[in-house]
Order: sequence, then C-alpha cells, then structure tokens
Amino acid sequence: MSFVTVSNLRKDYGPRTIIENINVEVEEGQFISLVGASGCGKSTFLRLLLDQERPTSGTITVDGELFSGEPCQTRGIVFQRYSVFPHMTVRANIVAATAFTQGTWGWLFGNAKKQAQAEAQSTLDRIGLGHVAAQYPASLSGGMQQRLAIAQALAAKPRILLLDEPFGALDPGTKLSMHGFLEQLRVETGMTVFMVTHDLEEAFKLADRVLVFDKPKWDPDDLEKGGATITYDFDARNDGIPFQTLQENTNVFKSD
Amino acid sequence: MPTADAMRWINRKPSRVLAWVLATLPFIIVFAAYAIGSEIRLSVNPADKLLPAPSQIWETALRLLTEGDRRSGRILFWHDTAASLRRLGLGVGIAATMGLVFGMAIGLLPYMRATFATFISVLSMVPPLAILPILFIVFGLGELSKVALIVIGIGPFLIRDLWMRVTEIPTELVVKAQTLGASSWIIAMRVAGPQIMPRLLQSVRLSLGPAWLFLIASEAIAAEGGLGYRIFLVRRYLAMDVILTYVIWITLLAFLLDLLLKVLTRALFPWFGEKRA
Repeated sequence: MSFVTVSNLRKDYGPRTIIENINVEVEEGQFISLVGASGCGKSTFLRLLLDQERPTSGTITVDGELFSGEPCQTRGIVFQRYSVFPHMTVRANIVAATAFTQGTWGWLFGNAKKQAQAEAQSTLDRIGLGHVAAQYPASLSGGMQQRLAIAQALAAKPRILLLDEPFGALDPGTKLSMHGFLEQLRVETGMTVFMVTHDLEEAFKLADRVLVFDKPKWDPDDLEKGGATITYDFDARNDGIPFQTLQENTNVFKSD
Repeated sequence: MPTADAMRWINRKPSRVLAWVLATLPFIIVFAAYAIGSEIRLSVNPADKLLPAPSQIWETALRLLTEGDRRSGRILFWHDTAASLRRLGLGVGIAATMGLVFGMAIGLLPYMRATFATFISVLSMVPPLAILPILFIVFGLGELSKVALIVIGIGPFLIRDLWMRVTEIPTELVVKAQTLGASSWIIAMRVAGPQIMPRLLQSVRLSLGPAWLFLIASEAIAAEGGLGYRIFLVRRYLAMDVILTYVIWITLLAFLLDLLLKVLTRALFPWFGEKRA
C-alpha cells in the first residue's frame, strides 16, 4: 500500500478542466518534482494535495485516509512568496509552529515559551539564521526568507512537504545552497516531498521521480480545451543517471 | 553629461533647507494676505469686526487661554477643549473597536460576510447628519447623542475599510497558519489581527477629519460646552477673533492627533511599511 494515492483526480474551474485522469502512487519518503508549462495544473495539483481546494472528482488519500476539507499539519507548505509572517520576528516565526497549536490564544508562556524559543534558536543556528533571530523577515534576503519558510514548515513536523516554486525567485548561487539545505533536511527527516518547479535541472537533481504535466492532446481550434494530466513519470534517482545510461547505451552521445 | 538645467523637472529635488523654506512659504503667504486684507479694512473702518488684526487675535487668544469665566471662574477654552476631546476620543475609540471586531469577523468568516456584508454597505450610505435629529430625540441632548453621531458617522467606513484590509492579507499566510495547526480564533488573534492593527491606525487617521466634522456639527446644534459650541455661540456677536482662535486651535489639535497616530504606527509596528516578506 503506497503512502499517497491519487486516483482519477480531476479539477474544473467553471467550464474549464485544468487537470484530469491523474493517477499516482507515491511511497513514503519519496521526493517528487512536478514540472510542465505554465498553466498546466501543477500548482492546482499541489493545492489539491494541500486540501486548500477540493477536487471536482477523484480522490487523494494519505496513509489510506481521505482529506478533511481544509489544510492541516500533515502537509506543510512553502510558497514562492508570502510564506513567512511579516509581523513576527524570525525566531517567532519558528516558535509559531509550536505556539499555534497551544490553547485558545496561540501564545506560549513560562517554561514552555522558554523551551520553544531555545529550540527555535538552535534550529536557526543550524540553518545559519541564528544571527538574525530578532529581526523581521523583511530585512532578510530572498534566500534567507525561503530557508526560514522551509524551517518553519518543518517545525510543525509534517509528513509531507509541499513546495510551490520555492526557489523560483532566487539567484543561481543561492539556489544551489538551498538545494544542499533541502537535501540535508530530507536525509534528517525522511519526509515525502512534492516540489513544483520550472527548472528541469533542479527537478532531476533533487527528486526521485519527475512527473511531467501536459495535455495529452491539443485541440488546434481551442487551446483551452481539455485538461492536463501526467504525461511522463521519470525515474530521477542518482540525479537522473538511469536516463543518461539509457542514452549512452543507445549511442546517442557517441562522439567519435 | 547634461547640465542641471537640462534635467527633467520630475528629477530635480530641492535641498533640505530649500524644502523647509518651500514648506513654510504657503503659511507665510496666507498670513500675509490676511494681514494685508485686515489692514485695508481696518484703515477704512477701525470698528470693523470681519478681519480683526493679527495682534488683536493674539491678545484674544492669550485672554482665552489664561483668564477664567467671570461667572464660573473656569477657563472656558480648556474646558471646551477637554469636553470636545472626550467626545471625539470616545466616538473614535468606539468606532475603531467596532471596525476592528466587525471588520475582522466579516473579512475572515464567510458566514459573517454572508450575513452582514450587504447590510454594512447599505448602512454606510445613510447620511449621518440626516439622522442627527433622530439621535437627539432618542438619546437626548447630552453626551450620548454626540458620541453616537461620531460612531455612526465613521463606524461603517472603518468596518468596511478594515474588512477590505483583512481580505488583502495574502491567502498564503492564512493557509500557512492552518498547516501550522492554528484554529480560526488563533488565526484571527495571531495572524490577521496583528497584521491589520497598523492599517487600523491608518484608517483612523483618515477618519479623523469626518470625526471632527460630526463633533462640531453636533456641538453646534445642542451642547453646554465644547469647541464647536463656543464657535457657534460667539458667532452671534461676530467675535471673529474668538472664532479664529478656536479654528486655529482645532486645526492644530487635528494635526497633532494625526502626527501622534503616525508616530505610534511606526513605533508599535516596526515591521510595517518595509517591503512585505
């Protein structure tokens, strides 16, 4: 029995079908990249996985259970922007993951507060944000904000991490260090990850599987017609080496 | 390189000193225009009451600020100021609280939105001054009707404005809070609430103008004291020096209140106004 099971998933916005016939099974701990052209339903699929929106038909189950109808702690999310709370300091952003589940008011007091703050500080120290713990996110660079956003999502200990173009707005150097950061976190937590990206290199580098979203057939008279589905499901372990081995065996790259 | 003369006007900026001079210039011009007009009228008719000389206004102001009333011994100027500020503070305070509570509820909860959105929109179209007689009839001529006018005058605006500000909070933040396990109440208290507090102060700043308008209107019609009451009382004697003193004082108070709220916003919400995270 797989961990995440998506069967016959379909999502319409009004008369437009965005995605249809989505069938995927994902094992726990797998890293899945979702790629495809803009408007091909990758982010819609991610919102369905988040349970921020409900499918028109079909089901998603996690660990055999259906969704409850709203986002919850099982699935953490990092968006491209607006992922951290601008009115809280960097440390408070991490503490929030603990505090938000506490009591009626969502505030921690006394020893619980001290402990959560100490834990948050050690988390921040580990990810290289310890020195800015007392600042507000607006004073952080884009890469630091996304690192904070990922750490915040992980502080709630989700079983699945959803990333919606998390590194899309970062420069190449920062992007590379974020890849290292994410791979390290994955080794530590062993969580399942779904990441939407436009960067194919990134997709194959990080993921175990790369799912390609596209429309199986394009109607030349009405490009809006028909929904996208998963057209390719690549094995991307070893940075996509099996794919390259296949090419070498068929002499595609023979240079002499 | 083009010389300074060739630069576009949109790119030319005054120096600090020049900016300061330019800022005071309109005040000086208005004052000078008044002084000249007053001079001309008084030279024709020394008993003219319409444009009293600046020196006379100054003397009147000193007398108003320091000398007690012949009958009661109270300094009416400060008494009026206290009465008006109390009404204004109560009215704006109650309206702001209503704006915060209802704005948050309507902005966050679809059930509240379905129930009250249209109602508030219609309510905010009622001209407050048109129902002032009703307020006087229902609440009497005391403090309550004046405070009620301010609340009714700016309350619906504040509710609508705050509700708009709540819906402008990025969905991402609300979704994120849910994935961190926050309940509706905690999202209101720890995400939506803190984010719209600085916007509440901004909205209150905008509504202070109308609030003064409603205060003075209600004081003019029926009161036993207050800045608006005094102005309309001395109008009978054409006491322009008193009226002008009060008008300048009200303007100064409004300006200082606005400044206070601005400084308060910056001090309490240091994260606000910087680029959004």
